[in-house]
Amino acid sequence: MRIARTHVLVGVDDEARLAGVDRVLAALRAAISHSDLEAEVQVVETGSLGVSGRGVVVAVQPDGVYYAEITPADAREIVAEHLLKGRPVVRLRLPTTAPAARPAEVLGRQTRVVLANCGVINPERIEEYIAAGGYEALGAAVTTMTPENVLDVVRKSGLRGRGGAGFPTGIKWSAVRTASDPERYVVCNADEGEPGTFKDRLILEGDPHKLLEGMALAGYAVGANVGIIYVRGEYKLSIARAERAIADAQALGVLGTRVFDTDFSFRVEVRPGAGAYVCGEETALLESLEGKRGWPRIRPPYPVTHGLWGKPTVVNNVETLANVPDIVRRGAEWYRTLGTPTCPGTKVYTVLGHVCYPGLVEVEMGAPLRALVYELGGGLFPGRSLKGVLVGGAAGAFLTPRELDTRLDFDSLAERAAALGSGAVLVMDGSACIVDMLGSVLRFFHHESCGQCAPCRGGTEALVRLISAFQAGGGEERTLDQMVQIVDTMRAASLCPLGQSVALPVRTALSGFGDEFRSHLARTSCPRCEETVRALASAER
Amino acid sequence: MTKEAIASRYRRSPEALLSLLHDLQRANHGNLLTPADLELAAAHVGVPVSAARDAATFYSMFSLRPRGRHIVRLCASPHCHLAGAWSALDELRSLLGADIGETTTDGLFTLELTSCLGVCGVAPVMMIDDEVVGNLTPKLIREALARHEEGR
Repeated sequence: MRIARTHVLVGVDDEARLAGVDRVLAALRAAISHSDLEAEVQVVETGSLGVSGRGVVVAVQPDGVYYAEITPADAREIVAEHLLKGRPVVRLRLPTTAPAARPAEVLGRQTRVVLANCGVINPERIEEYIAAGGYEALGAAVTTMTPENVLDVVRKSGLRGRGGAGFPTGIKWSAVRTASDPERYVVCNADEGEPGTFKDRLILEGDPHKLLEGMALAGYAVGANVGIIYVRGEYKLSIARAERAIADAQALGVLGTRVFDTDFSFRVEVRPGAGAYVCGEETALLESLEGKRGWPRIRPPYPVTHGLWGKPTVVNNVETLANVPDIVRRGAEWYRTLGTPTCPGTKVYTVLGHVCYPGLVEVEMGAPLRALVYELGGGLFPGRSLKGVLVGGAAGAFLTPRELDTRLDFDSLAERAAALGSGAVLVMDGSACIVDMLGSVLRFFHHESCGQCAPCRGGTEALVRLISAFQAGGGEERTLDQMVQIVDTMRAASLCPLGQSVALPVRTALSGFGDEFRSHLARTSCPRCEETVRALASAER
Repeated sequence: MTKEAIASRYRRSPEALLSLLHDLQRANHGNLLTPADLELAAAHVGVPVSAARDAATFYSMFSLRPRGRHIVRLCASPHCHLAGAWSALDELRSLLGADIGETTTDGLFTLELTSCLGVCGVAPVMMIDDEVVGNLTPKLIREALARHEEGR
């Protein structure tokens, strides 16, 4: 591999494609060639650089300079000024909205394990993943460790599932390992549907081999030879990159038959979903993989004994599996130096909404919410004040400014722990209306309720009716009590976590922002709610 | 390609059903699955027609009713909602002359609301078929629709 003086990292993901990254890359390469810099400067197409909503983002390393909203003309200017003359183009540098903070520092404040390669290596070149230590863990595992050894490392690391409520991964794997049926599966849940969540997409787009290695390690540990990635049908680039990665890994013999020339075989396939939030629930996902409608199964039995086609199945989230290669390579003790004693490791978040630097970040478990909003997110826009934060998407918790010191790990969040998995952090300033936001959340659940069980089917319908009346000015004090009764019934009686989880946003919104709800009783006009009522008038007719 | 040729690319096993339905729908004018498609798919993967219909009516990406040549799906989930999805909806309604769930009179576009598309960094977001369009402004919406208007 050629050693270059300077690397120009260009984030190529769905957002960047939208902003014309192909034209920027062409201009960049042409200008570098024109300036005779090809021997010194290497352009690297990589995954998201962690900056969202700012068009084409480019980083020049080792200078640590980030540029945003780059056009082909800007790219030529960067080559002429920065790369040729060593003068960073101040006009294009991040940040442009809040000059106080520096994104390079912000990115440096993270602890990157899962995202270590995202925005650094070219995800379409397996050699770059290998050069960064990739497939070392798998090679060592299949040649020098027994499956029990691998299982033991994962168990001792204390890794907990990143998809939902944080179930210990080692315990799940052990149950599959000890199941009597020899036909077993590893299923990766990449059906990312929680509003505001797209970390799994960026992991798949930015470092697909890390996921594949994690799946193969899971397969080796539990004795499975087939892995399936169930990914949202809308994630075209994720699907393409995962398929490319599988083909490359099989060609090199690190996946497929006789992995690293051992008796262990492991093949992986990608299966696109068809648009159903409920399929993120593991048993609905398994139904969908079997070609059926995504109706959750009654549990128990659990997938660890009766999963895909009734066989023992590991179902893990993308982020969970992407933690495994580093755990096996660097050891359980190393992993336990990160995070908290009961929640080791890191967590990936997407910080969005009214913050200066929306984007993808990874920090240790137990970080306070405040750090995500004010340090990594860059704080609110100048002159704005914080109203609240919706943590965890639609199935998440509305937190007030007084709760900013809440630590983000499964135990500190206690009954709100389910909100952690998705990693969605939506920051709202004073211009947002919590009643209106809860309305959006409830309409989402109504749309996505699968209709199988009555509490959820009828409950989401009734909740939308109540919040709509409230937003239209026809709410009463008892409307709020009715909503609480409904969600408590749903929590107790719904078949799956979808129906059970509606209680969290409703209860946290009402308890933390009760005054705002009551002000809607007295006041006849809330501009946000009025806009929603008007927009949906014809649709809800 | 004939429908039979499309089916022949898939395993004769129930797990192939959804992928096969995706492909059959794409091959049709009107973005829908016909009763004949459901029968063909069911026979190919070895399930009753009722099972194919069951799946086809469940997932939001399938339709049994005729839709426009292009599907415009505007995200209305909390992040896009906060970022101004309703303004985008107004713009789409007035440009298309169609409401949510309706198809334009020329049969070119169907307007739908959708749940989160996972591209929240550029909210508000819509998809036209497989193309993601984000940071929606009236100008961007007009341009995106115009790109799909050839042959109008």
